[in-house]
Amino acid sequence: MAQANGKHVFAPWEDPNEKPIIRFGAVTKRFGTFTAIDNLTLDIYAREFFALLGPSGCGKTTLMRMLAGFETPSEGTIEMDGKDIAAVPPNKRAVNMMFQSYALFPHLTVYDNIAFGLKRSPMPKADIEGRVGEMLRLTRLEAFAKRKSHQISGGQRQRVALARSLAKAPKLLLLDEPMGALDKRLRQDTQFELMDIQEKTGTTFVIVTHDQEEAMTVASRVAVMDQGRIVQVATPDRIYETPNSVYVADFIGDVNIIKGNARRRSDALTEIHWAEGQPPIVGTTNAAVTDGTPCFFAIRPEKVAISPERPTDAANVIEGTVLDIAYLGNISTYHVKLATGEIVKAQTTNDRRIARRSFTWDDKVWLSWTDTAGVILAE
Amino acid sequence: MNFRRLFLILVPCLWLLALFLVPFGIVLKISLSDIALAIPPYTPTLDLAAGWEGVRRFFSGLDFENYQFLTQDDLYWRAYLSSLKIAAISTLATLIVGYPIAYGMARAPREWQPLLMMLVILPFWTSFLIRVYSWIGILSQEGYLNQLLLGLGLIDQPLMIINTNWAVYIGIVYTYLPFMVLPIYAALEKLDGSLLEAAEDLGCSRTSAFWLVTVPLSKAGIIAGSFLVFIPALGEFVIPSLLGGSKTLMIGKVLWEEFFSNRDWPVASTVAVILLLIMVIPIILFQRNEQKQREMNQ
Repeated sequence: MAQANGKHVFAPWEDPNEKPIIRFGAVTKRFGTFTAIDNLTLDIYAREFFALLGPSGCGKTTLMRMLAGFETPSEGTIEMDGKDIAAVPPNKRAVNMMFQSYALFPHLTVYDNIAFGLKRSPMPKADIEGRVGEMLRLTRLEAFAKRKSHQISGGQRQRVALARSLAKAPKLLLLDEPMGALDKRLRQDTQFELMDIQEKTGTTFVIVTHDQEEAMTVASRVAVMDQGRIVQVATPDRIYETPNSVYVADFIGDVNIIKGNARRRSDALTEIHWAEGQPPIVGTTNAAVTDGTPCFFAIRPEKVAISPERPTDAANVIEGTVLDIAYLGNISTYHVKLATGEIVKAQTTNDRRIARRSFTWDDKVWLSWTDTAGVILAE
Repeated sequence: MNFRRLFLILVPCLWLLALFLVPFGIVLKISLSDIALAIPPYTPTLDLAAGWEGVRRFFSGLDFENYQFLTQDDLYWRAYLSSLKIAAISTLATLIVGYPIAYGMARAPREWQPLLMMLVILPFWTSFLIRVYSWIGILSQEGYLNQLLLGLGLIDQPLMIINTNWAVYIGIVYTYLPFMVLPIYAALEKLDGSLLEAAEDLGCSRTSAFWLVTVPLSKAGIIAGSFLVFIPALGEFVIPSLLGGSKTLMIGKVLWEEFFSNRDWPVASTVAVILLLIMVIPIILFQRNEQKQREMNQ
């Protein structure tokens, strides 16, 4: 495992000796003429909290259903601990799933829902009670064991679903939009709870979500998917800081994209000529972008500084006028219109009272950023 | 209590009063009377012209003689028990035939379901009597069924189906099948497919998922359908008299014979009152099931 800053960091994907628990080998899945998964290769390691992120219809749910055994790949192999599991039916897999709708059995109590899987396993009757009790404690549901699913709240139902899918101690737990039905505040609490439970049980989690914030919060690695392909797999910070494409940059968080032509200034720096009569943008060279070809410059709004006077020490400085201000309390986003007509978003923290802000609508301002603030992308 | 609400309650109350309680009162009164060679064929009748004395004479003429008579002649007890048995067996048979149909309908592609529903209801468009008569043509000794089985060489002798309890079972199952299929279909149609996937995911085979999830979740439909078949089958008259022949003993037939052959209205009414009392139990159970279901859905 990798070592960073002398601290033990969990990063099995960087260790060439580490064996993945799940390996997708060139998997394709077609439904009729529609290709849901397109020649996908992916490794997931034990104890990972792996997020599949993408818009609806990108194939993330199909991928998960193949892991659960509800779908079989049209081509390619899915291996678990080195063994092909394509022919193993869902009820014989050491994989459990937490369904988006929770799929709690309405005719059973919370206790019986959690015990359902255990009763189908060879576990002796005497041990089942102990295991269910353990699950009830883990999810703080002891007081509701005797209730039926329609007698508890949405958040409690979600925890029952989690407890039920964890009860059999699966090697791999699949979570399909586990927090989709919860309101925002509850969702945030639940995310941390989920991470806590994942750490306590040491189970490998694969979560499907379309909420990028959720994926960033809980996951050790995030796979961004689009049209049946994985566009990028990386840790949340790398996905955010160094997206490999405009698609990823745009999907994760807010971003300014400026189109231009790349021209190498040195090995380290590249200029982007993006408009007639404007100084080029200077950014860190991306080896994938060939000298002299069209490219995109992506920069996050919070990395763009905004000031009423021209800053003297910045690598990139552009003038513009304030078009719009989105006041979000702790931060404000300024939509700044450049002379070329392009709109660049800049974000600042509101560390002063709003009345003391030195610029407002239609004021001339200067945008600036360093040469390492953004990324240069080929596509 | 405002007037509009009172009016809304009043309408069904009057309806029940006029079409259920009053006729029941009349039948109950006749069951307490004695047979007489007169028009109407029972006594006493209320003679309002005689004033208070007439009313007194009317009530003193009523007694429970007919109820005692029913306990003395074992024909009636046997008829009640036989009806219960036939109704119970046919209900079970209807369930066994109806459940797979309802299951198939609920599992069929969405766009097919209205058509399948139509096909289940379609027989109601023809007269019930004609449909039962046509079963005579199918089940009789020279009927289509025997011809088919003889033609296929499966049997050497024609089967004796008509005029046995078998024919009655077939007739009841056929007639009441939609009453079983529709409530079960309604329950299965609501069933969330992810529940079955969850059961499989937790280690169930397809078969055990069916018994542990599908069947318990369609329980309300099974109960509703069973009562909808059992209650009318208990008092069934047309099917046993057309298909069952003389040996089939059912209380509906006994009632008919008392009324039209013996012209013994008081005994016929007694048979009817007791039949109603027997049916009250399953009807109450049925209502309780419906009530519980409504509470679950809230």
